[in-house]
Amino acid sequence: MTELTNLTVAEIRDGFRVGDFSAREVAQAFNANVAAARALNAFIVETPEKALEAADAADRAKAAGEALKPLSGVPIGMKDLFCTEGVQTTAASHMLEGFTPTYESTVSKKLWDAGAGMLGKLNLDQFAMGSSNETSYFGNVISPWRRGGGDNAALAPGGSSGGSSAAISARLCPAATGTDTGGSIRQPAAFTGISGIKPTYGRCSRWGIVAFASSLDQAGPMARTVRDNAILLETMAGFDPKDSTSLDLAVPQWEANLSSDLKGKKVGIPKEYRPDGLNAEISAMWDRGIEWLKDAGAEVVEVSLPHTKYALPTYYIIAPAEASSNLARYDGVRYGQRDLPDGAGLQDMYAATRALGFGPEVKRRIMIGTYVLSAGFYDAYYTQAQKVRALIARDFELAFEKCDLLLTPTAPSASFALGEKQADPLAMYLNDVFTVPASLAGLPAMAVPGGLDAQGLPLGLQIIGRALDEQTVLNAGLAIEERAGFTARPDKWW
Amino acid sequence: MTESTYRIQGATGEWEVVIGLEVHAQVTSQAKLFSGAATAFGAEPNTQVSLVDAAMPGMLPVPNRECIRQAVRTGMAIEAQINKWSRFDRKNYFYADLPQGYQISQLYHPLVGEGAIEISLDDKNPDAATKVIGIERIHVEQDAGKLMHDQHPTRSYVDLNRSGVALMEIVSKPDMRSPAEAGAYLSKLRTILRYVGSCDGNMDQGSMRADVNVSVRKPGDPFGTRTETKNVNSVRFVMAVVEHEASRQVDVLEAGGKVVQETRLYDPDRNETRSMRSKEDAHDYRYFPDPDLLPLELDDAFLEECRQSLPELPDAKRQRYEQALGLSAYNAATLTADADTARWFEALLAEGARIQKKSEGEVAKASANWLLSELYGALNRLGKSLDDSPVGPEEGAELLALVADGTISGTIAKQVFEIMLETGERAPKIVEEKGLKQTSDTGAIEAAVAKVLADNGDKVEQYKAGKEALFGFFVGQTMKAMQGKANPQVVNELIKKALG
Repeated sequence: MTELTNLTVAEIRDGFRVGDFSAREVAQAFNANVAAARALNAFIVETPEKALEAADAADRAKAAGEALKPLSGVPIGMKDLFCTEGVQTTAASHMLEGFTPTYESTVSKKLWDAGAGMLGKLNLDQFAMGSSNETSYFGNVISPWRRGGGDNAALAPGGSSGGSSAAISARLCPAATGTDTGGSIRQPAAFTGISGIKPTYGRCSRWGIVAFASSLDQAGPMARTVRDNAILLETMAGFDPKDSTSLDLAVPQWEANLSSDLKGKKVGIPKEYRPDGLNAEISAMWDRGIEWLKDAGAEVVEVSLPHTKYALPTYYIIAPAEASSNLARYDGVRYGQRDLPDGAGLQDMYAATRALGFGPEVKRRIMIGTYVLSAGFYDAYYTQAQKVRALIARDFELAFEKCDLLLTPTAPSASFALGEKQADPLAMYLNDVFTVPASLAGLPAMAVPGGLDAQGLPLGLQIIGRALDEQTVLNAGLAIEERAGFTARPDKWW
Repeated sequence: MTESTYRIQGATGEWEVVIGLEVHAQVTSQAKLFSGAATAFGAEPNTQVSLVDAAMPGMLPVPNRECIRQAVRTGMAIEAQINKWSRFDRKNYFYADLPQGYQISQLYHPLVGEGAIEISLDDKNPDAATKVIGIERIHVEQDAGKLMHDQHPTRSYVDLNRSGVALMEIVSKPDMRSPAEAGAYLSKLRTILRYVGSCDGNMDQGSMRADVNVSVRKPGDPFGTRTETKNVNSVRFVMAVVEHEASRQVDVLEAGGKVVQETRLYDPDRNETRSMRSKEDAHDYRYFPDPDLLPLELDDAFLEECRQSLPELPDAKRQRYEQALGLSAYNAATLTADADTARWFEALLAEGARIQKKSEGEVAKASANWLLSELYGALNRLGKSLDDSPVGPEEGAELLALVADGTISGTIAKQVFEIMLETGERAPKIVEEKGLKQTSDTGAIEAAVAKVLADNGDKVEQYKAGKEALFGFFVGQTMKAMQGKANPQVVNELIKKALG
């Protein structure tokens, strides 16, 4: 029998149902992998007892002949941005260290209600701000991948969902939740050779997710296969009256409708995504992806998204602006850290608490956000950025008059070494250049692995779809998955 | 409409006062603006707080439809433009009573646009001057919590019960020119809010409070620099602030100084305003559209429901009382000045018309007079209000019906009312049991008249000699002999007949 921790979500779900193994055996196998992989630092909190509890409930239900739930027997990892009742939730910050919510986020509750068990809370960039998982207060997450040829440099698992991507590719969990504000699901998925989908903005409730940038934040699944993403997303999505921006729409049957036959579909290739100096291996990967989609029956057309070059600066105005306001609640008054120096007044307490509780990247974004919203600069920055955001969304609308989906690279490079880009925030921000436009437009977008580069590191492809058309995105992902035949996994060194 | 002649006499001549009010009115609602938490006044600290109000991580606001509805109804009551598309903005600042670190308000696109309120400088006088005060806008926003500094020698405590409670900010134009106008405006606004039911108007509980903007200028000059005195919580205090602040500004200007644009606080104990902060250290609130909330879009059905649910408003009611019910301007104004009084009066009217099988117009005058003199007199004596009146509209209508059909006289009615107040018994029972029915038995009255005239032969002579005023004396004596129970009309006729 295959090693249990190498099974996909679908395989675990189905194998448990037919009695190939018990849910407890699955949970124990993953718990053991989690405990043995602390060198990766993928988890902030491990919750083996939660995984076993859900597994035992599934085993009991099965023994009693009761109806099983969609995710009965499946343990998953939970990004530590989702508030979990009774389990510390930190957003990888010192500010929220020791904070234990009395409530459960809508998305995590849906997963537990569907029978899934929690292996633990996954590390991430602090408050989801970062592209390499180097901003976590609880330390860097180390990618399980290494460059070939004996180079033992510790690599970035991507960010902000770096704990999720590292844990999945290292077989510490079959799937995990992620959140994506400007690429935080897709870029880490690409860096670690897994898949992940950011659904249309509003598909998943934001209630109970520690907010970074409200108009961009969106939860989504990460897993090793497209099918697993479809399975998880069906559970995670759905209208939530507690989130005013949640879409009041029925959740489609994405898994049942999966098909890699793309006959009649037109794939747009945005020319602005191939700038001069684009990494040759990324470019070649993209070309292979185009051939795969043609092979699946799709027609390929070139399209233009003329405002693409403004996407990154626009994003780095809007996201910090919202963040500067969203993070104002961490003031030391009600929960989390409080630093109250002797004789300090209220303003001193705020300053000391926030100086202590936030890391440098979070402070940088709060300052940028505060600046762009301040009197005299608001119109030049924030108002202008909102206008450009509308133009970027319009670009996509026009492109989708000519095609049904877009294919692009996910990130401009493969994973890089930890520390390599830390000194230069701008170089780090460039990681998001291909993922940010779809975030600004609120469109569904998915990363799927396409192959390895010359150094033996995974490269990903990104599929962007029309609003609400996750099905086409998933189907194209499946077509690539079938043709790429990506089976590489990191050699265990940890 | 008339121009105010209110002027401040300065050393350099006359000064005109310019006033605008920003009134914060708490929306009457079971739940807060963006959370399901309750809004009861006077509850134990931090017992009316949801996760949203405490700004726990990951919590999101969801607009409360009822709060929006009340603000729209209020806008309709002042005939304002209702914006079918509006939006919420965040006003960012740090304070311990503001858990989110921002207040959700509406800066750029308020729910309600321009409207107007007509005020009268003497409500009871139909000939008094009236003036239209423009309303700039009404927007809805969250209230903050409350800091308590008196619980501990070195610590402050925070009560979040009010955090997130829905407020309407009703912003007037700078159209008022005297303390009296400011007072009349605030009173009228309060009356409208109470009629509409969108705010209870309890200023002593903080449900309504005003920021008072005052500037002075020489008549005909452009507007001067204004100051804003925050959180003034009674009509009297608003008038005092205007008076005090205008004089202060005149003093400053006449001494060659400049009025500083600043926020001030009113100290009612010392009747003065004090500087709180100047424009220089004003906050930069970094307003921007709240990304957690979609724009508020109102459909026609919602607006129609709001319109249908509006009650008759004070001005319309007053006009109807005067024209359809034939009440005096004074009575109409008094009865409509307060929604509760009008409601009580209309119940009395409806019940009276029902019992007497007459139209409301036919019973209106007697009902109004009784309510405003007899009932109000009694309530004043007892220190009670209409709300806790021992006699209800139904009981009052029964009493008035007995007078109207001649069962008892007005004099007896007063006695019966006293007994009603004391015992809680109803008028017909009291009249029956105490034998207070007035008699029209001509035999008994004739006998009484004969005795009165016989006992007062001298006065009869004087009457016949032309001193006709003595007629009233004979009536009074006869009534007295009949213990007030004689029908006065019959008494009159019989005396006339007896005197030839």
